[in-house]
Amino acid sequence: MIPGPAFVILAVVLFVLGVVAFFLKRDLLTQFMAVEVMLNAANLAFLALSHPQDRAEAQVIVFFILTVAAAEAVVGTAIILHVFRQRKTVRTEDMGGLKG
Amino acid sequence: MAWIIFLLLSVLCVGSVAAMIISRNQAHNALFLVLCFACLGGIFGLLDAAFVAVVQILIYAGAIMVLFLFAIMMIDLKKAFPPERKRIVRILSAVLGGVFFIELILVARKALLTASGPAAAGAGNAAGIGHLLLTDYLFPFEITSLLLVAAIVGAVTLAGKKEPS
Repeated sequence: MIPGPAFVILAVVLFVLGVVAFFLKRDLLTQFMAVEVMLNAANLAFLALSHPQDRAEAQVIVFFILTVAAAEAVVGTAIILHVFRQRKTVRTEDMGGLKG
Repeated sequence: MAWIIFLLLSVLCVGSVAAMIISRNQAHNALFLVLCFACLGGIFGLLDAAFVAVVQILIYAGAIMVLFLFAIMMIDLKKAFPPERKRIVRILSAVLGGVFFIELILVARKALLTASGPAAAGAGNAAGIGHLLLTDYLFPFEITSLLLVAAIVGAVTLAGKKEPS
């Protein structure tokens, strides 16, 4: 039997890796993927913390997070494609238009 | 036996995210993420959440990552290799990651210290989730469908717009 804390620690490690990937990467699509990693870590934390109580509510919430992530991915990729069409780049350092 | 599966899946999962950080090819990054999400589906299965595990593999590893791959294919790959960040940025993000890790462990300390009792199976099956979705969570469920419609309409208007030429 695997203890619950192992899953929680894995979730924390995944979330931190997602944050680090978001800050290290320089193209919009990979940063967006890092956000997906963070969402998945949150899902894992929900499931890991609800497992000892044997409640199905956490799985319902994970289901909702999945749906929101899917909607977010659809709109996000559409926005990134739009940006690419206008500026011919997805690199974040090329988008300093608001920097002045 | 469960320990071996858990260790294998978690090492694969963390390793593929680390490989995503190291690799600079966007298509490789997306494929690493597919591996990570598939392993996470296996871990969800270890947590007695069979339905969520299947949904994770179908929707995340299947649908969402294929969407990302489509987007990557539409974007010119040759121009999209960004140069490495400066050294200071790398050090700063490592420090940020460390601080964040300690912070999250401190937050989750209470959950980590309480010993988890033996889990009774049964509530987390597909029938239980369906029952909850259509009784207690009916309103959020309907709002989710509204959100999906809004996302589809938004994506079509954003991506289907003709270029002003």
